Amino acid sequence: MNQLLRALFAPGFFASGPVHAALVVGAVVALVTGAVGVFTVIRGQAFAGHALGEVGSAGGSAAFLGGANPLWGFMGIAVVAAGLIELLGLHRPRARDVATGLVLGAGLGLAALFLYLDATSSSTTGVAVTILFGSLFAVSQQMLPSIVALSAVSLVVIALCYRMLLLSSLSSDLAAARGVPVRALGIAYLVIMAVAVSLAAETIGAILATALVVGPPATALRLTKRPGGALVVAGLVGVAAVWLGIVLAYDSYYWAPAGHGWPVSFFVVALVFLFYLVAGAVTGIAEARRRRHWETAPRLAASGCAEHPGDAA
Amino acid sequence: MNVLPDHGADDPILSVDGVSVWLSGREVLHDVRFRIMPGEFTGLIGSNGAGKTTLFRVILGLQASSTGSVLVGGRPLTRRNPIIGYVPQKVFLDPDMPLRARDVVALGLDGHRLGVPLGWRRRRQAVDAMLDAVDARHFADARVGNLSGGEQQRVLIAHALISRPRLLLLDEPLANLDIRAEGEVVALLARIAREQRIAVLISAHDVNPLLPVLDRLVYVASGKTASGTTAEVIRAEVLSALYGQHVDVLRVHGRILVVAGAEGPSGVTFEETDGAAVGPDIVSLR
Repeated sequence: MNQLLRALFAPGFFASGPVHAALVVGAVVALVTGAVGVFTVIRGQAFAGHALGEVGSAGGSAAFLGGANPLWGFMGIAVVAAGLIELLGLHRPRARDVATGLVLGAGLGLAALFLYLDATSSSTTGVAVTILFGSLFAVSQQMLPSIVALSAVSLVVIALCYRMLLLSSLSSDLAAARGVPVRALGIAYLVIMAVAVSLAAETIGAILATALVVGPPATALRLTKRPGGALVVAGLVGVAAVWLGIVLAYDSYYWAPAGHGWPVSFFVVALVFLFYLVAGAVTGIAEARRRRHWETAPRLAASGCAEHPGDAA
Repeated sequence: MNVLPDHGADDPILSVDGVSVWLSGREVLHDVRFRIMPGEFTGLIGSNGAGKTTLFRVILGLQASSTGSVLVGGRPLTRRNPIIGYVPQKVFLDPDMPLRARDVVALGLDGHRLGVPLGWRRRRQAVDAMLDAVDARHFADARVGNLSGGEQQRVLIAHALISRPRLLLLDEPLANLDIRAEGEVVALLARIAREQRIAVLISAHDVNPLLPVLDRLVYVASGKTASGTTAEVIRAEVLSALYGQHVDVLRVHGRILVVAGAEGPSGVTFEETDGAAVGPDIVSLR
């Protein structure tokens, strides 16, 4: 057991300050993106979520130019982009897709400019990589309180709007007839999604942010049929992916090429995808077994065996 | 909760009076007028695009009418009218949705409220009783996206009924159902209307599945309506006036076929109602 632990956790893992910060930030952010992301998936807004993450790269690189933490840049521009998508997208789904694509293009154009300016104004070459693909070990410990506070606010808003979001995902007319302010709810949700995506961008990079917002929720929707359960499972799947990713990234310091750890974001995103595939296999097997059970049941009855009392369940 | 002191049982639960609706320069509904009494079963019959959904949206307070007035329970329209239960035509019930049948019904109880649900036991009892009432208890814990069309309709009806409305609006609940499920849903609705004295307004493009249970009907064509009993409305003179073109009404084995008149150059045309736009050449062959 001890040997296994030693093989899993490379020396110094539990003593490292950056590792502690990464574990906390990663867990908090994964819980938020899980809860927010479930609604992103069932409302069919994965593309908007993706766009908000990528557009964030413009804000992140601009913040770096101004000497601020990228998180504020990610969030500032993601919220503005969310407003633009809502404003340009009107009500029709197709107009919304076009608006999202337009905002995404414009945002990436800005990112091209700011990343270029970043590269020419500073001697550090890793800025672009950090903005786009994240670096969980490099998250400043000073940002911890802000990240936790933003996450808490997002979770509270999701808890408050929980039932209205479910009802309006079923049918916006139905929700409106029940007195739900559907448009205001949609805007509030988009803003919370922008915050969640920005937190994810701070953690695993602007480009990869959607992996955390869409992946664990999609996995959870395969595993559970309860709405509250989906939020919890999505959060836990995200935490598992981030924590395991951190452990592997720390270990990879001893892998080839020796002395250079692999990026955490790679491991996190790979694990998110792996979990999704495994969840699909698990539910597929369970379904096949259930179907086989149903197919054999009548044969048992025909051959004179007493019918299973649990068959109806 | 639903007892209105100024509103007796003999007053209409819904009165629509001279309602016209213009949408992007087109008159979608023209001078619509009809009344529904408590416990009455009314069909809103017309082909796709005739204005049925728009009329529902007006009654629900989601769409302003250009002229005319609507009284629900003797009072002017409001958003979130607790007297009305609503089953929309398009409900997003993907197999991915993390909702069991019982969750959908529970959302009918408090889906418009802030916060997370509390009071588990009372909620559960109310939901179970409602699921029993629509004979849906045995699939209460199934993922709603995996249910058949008829089962989903029963769940949505329970969702609409759990808030104890006095008027139930159903937008094309029989679309996409097979004949057996169609009959089950119609029988269920008729039983609810009779036993609980809930007025039902149900839209359909085909009147035939509803014939055994309809008290009255409102026929919509080209935004204009005629209302009354089936015998009063589904007559060649009435429908011809509605369509502005000669229409024949045929009764075959207790079923009704509405066909374009034989005066046209091509004679009688038979077409399925489903795909047809507004026009007199509708007929239903089942």
